[in-house]
Amino acid sequence: MKETPESQVKDPGLDDAVKKLTPEKIQRAVQRVLTKECAARLKVYVDTCAHCGLCAEACHTYLSRDKDPMFSPVAKVKNTLWELVKRKGNVDGEAIRHMARIAFTECGACRRCSMYCPFGIDIAYLIMVVRRICSLLGVVPQYLQDTTNSHAATNNQMWVHQDEWIDTLQWQEEEAQFEIPTCRIPLEKEGADVMYSVIAPEPKILAQLLGNMAQIFTVVGEDWTMPATDGWDNSNMAMYSGDFEIMGRVERLHWETAARLKVKKIVMGECGHAFRGAVYDGPRWLGWQFPPIPMVHAIEYYYDLLKSGRIKVREKYKEHVTVQDPCNIVRGRGLGDKLRYVINALCENFTDVHPRYEHNYCCMAGGGTINCGPPWKRSRMVSNKVKAEQLKATGADIIITPCHNCHSGIEDIIGFYKLGMHVKFISEIMVEVMEIPEELKA
Amino acid sequence: MYEFSRGPLVWIAFSVLFAGSIYRIVSTIILAKKDKVIWPYMKWGFSLRSLWHWIVPFGALNMRMRPAFTIISFTFHICLLLTPLLTLGHVALWKESWGVSWWSLPNTLSVMMTIIVICTALIFILRRIADPTVRLISSVSDFILVLLVAAPFVTGLMAHYQIFDYDMVIIIHMWTGAIWLGMIPFTRIAHMLYFPLTRAYMGCEFGYVRSAKDW
Repeated sequence: MKETPESQVKDPGLDDAVKKLTPEKIQRAVQRVLTKECAARLKVYVDTCAHCGLCAEACHTYLSRDKDPMFSPVAKVKNTLWELVKRKGNVDGEAIRHMARIAFTECGACRRCSMYCPFGIDIAYLIMVVRRICSLLGVVPQYLQDTTNSHAATNNQMWVHQDEWIDTLQWQEEEAQFEIPTCRIPLEKEGADVMYSVIAPEPKILAQLLGNMAQIFTVVGEDWTMPATDGWDNSNMAMYSGDFEIMGRVERLHWETAARLKVKKIVMGECGHAFRGAVYDGPRWLGWQFPPIPMVHAIEYYYDLLKSGRIKVREKYKEHVTVQDPCNIVRGRGLGDKLRYVINALCENFTDVHPRYEHNYCCMAGGGTINCGPPWKRSRMVSNKVKAEQLKATGADIIITPCHNCHSGIEDIIGFYKLGMHVKFISEIMVEVMEIPEELKA
Repeated sequence: MYEFSRGPLVWIAFSVLFAGSIYRIVSTIILAKKDKVIWPYMKWGFSLRSLWHWIVPFGALNMRMRPAFTIISFTFHICLLLTPLLTLGHVALWKESWGVSWWSLPNTLSVMMTIIVICTALIFILRRIADPTVRLISSVSDFILVLLVAAPFVTGLMAHYQIFDYDMVIIIHMWTGAIWLGMIPFTRIAHMLYFPLTRAYMGCEFGYVRSAKDW
């Protein structure tokens, strides 16, 4: 294996963990996943791949690293899954460490490559199979594993305790009351129309977003609630670390909380992977074809509010904005048009990106990559030069990123490539420009 | 030898091709049940929509990004499939054996299409060697497969122009053709069988489940 800056990165979650592996352990985990957990997709994808390399130019890591052959999607599969299949799991710990590095830190599972493969091979799925094997072996980047441990212990991603959760909501309720005195964050309201769920980084580090939503819900007169118990967190890093048992538990609790509150639907904050976990991966693991209650992403919700006129814009946002299409809600839900409708309704000066919609480049933060933490940050940045170029070409000052992973990832890229731009969630712009009816005003 | 190649060998080749193909497709469809997340989401409309975009030249963005390769790939596959079916010599053999007959290509066109298959196969091989991205993921079998697929076309052309000993060349032609047919279900040429299945599944994953396009 060639020495690269990436292979020098120290991560105890990988380095120390592989020392505990034995050939038997590795083989058992590989066999379990390849023969018991995988079926037609794995077999057909391995047999069908014509080794044509046409997926290469779909990948932001390949493009950003001057077309380094090791970073084409198919090469990542060749260096991981094909090896495991060919050797029937007969590989050593060092090989597993390399494979974990590729699967966790060099692929954002954004699925862009599936759109470039003539056969539509779900390459990101194959990478997830590798992650699953690594997870069963306990070889997961330490920071990512920590988020999974947090899910397991606290039912949320960031070790937020119940008292902290409620306290944060009350604090944000008070903050919102500076703008709208009647603003409330109703907890545990049974039979409300909407349960609003967020990802744990909101109460932990971006609490003002909760206050923003409280204002928006109040202005439109929504009958909404948030749970005071566990189950409020819709994020799911276990889905990306390969710990599908925890992933299923997190999703089940989220849906059961909505069912307990007897709400008509869940509206979720501006996050991509949370949508994927709640609507696709979670239900499938739990054996449901579709989610039991409708789940509405913030973009869809804002779209309905603006389209129906429930939210009126006082004065459009003046800054020059562009957009990041998050994979899990644009490629993963087709919300590209609604996203643009919302932006155009709120902002005066919008320049679109190229490529866009389903073809947008990954932020290289989602898919658990940013959760791999500081050791891998430089690698992530080098892996997304194309994103910096793509954003710079718009000439915009603000990048609207309706996804937490994109938001943090692009903030990193702006800093690393000195783009001098800023990222914003839609809700931040919305509270700035929406009309607050006179009777609600402070 | 000629008699065997002309008779039983053809039967064996086609039996292996059809039985093997049916086995591969049926076993995949059954195995797809074990995956659990395939069958509940399959829809005809979205399957066909995806197939359409990827079977029409330049129907997908990736094809438009690489126009030269798209043209090479499509002409290769079209000539590869049509030439053996429509070559005058082959149609005559069908008629002689089974009394069925259909339209055949003018001779010059057959020859041209055969040359196209050979040239494009060469381009594929050269691309595998010259492009570092493709070279990295190529194995020996990838080269052998292209040679195997091109072999009946090379020998067919040699037979047509009576290069070397015709009797020997025609037998090699039959054998390479038979091996090629028989190998389809059991090598990576099986992508021909799996293409509609993988495309249909992805078309539904993107279209039906995620309301997005996959081209």
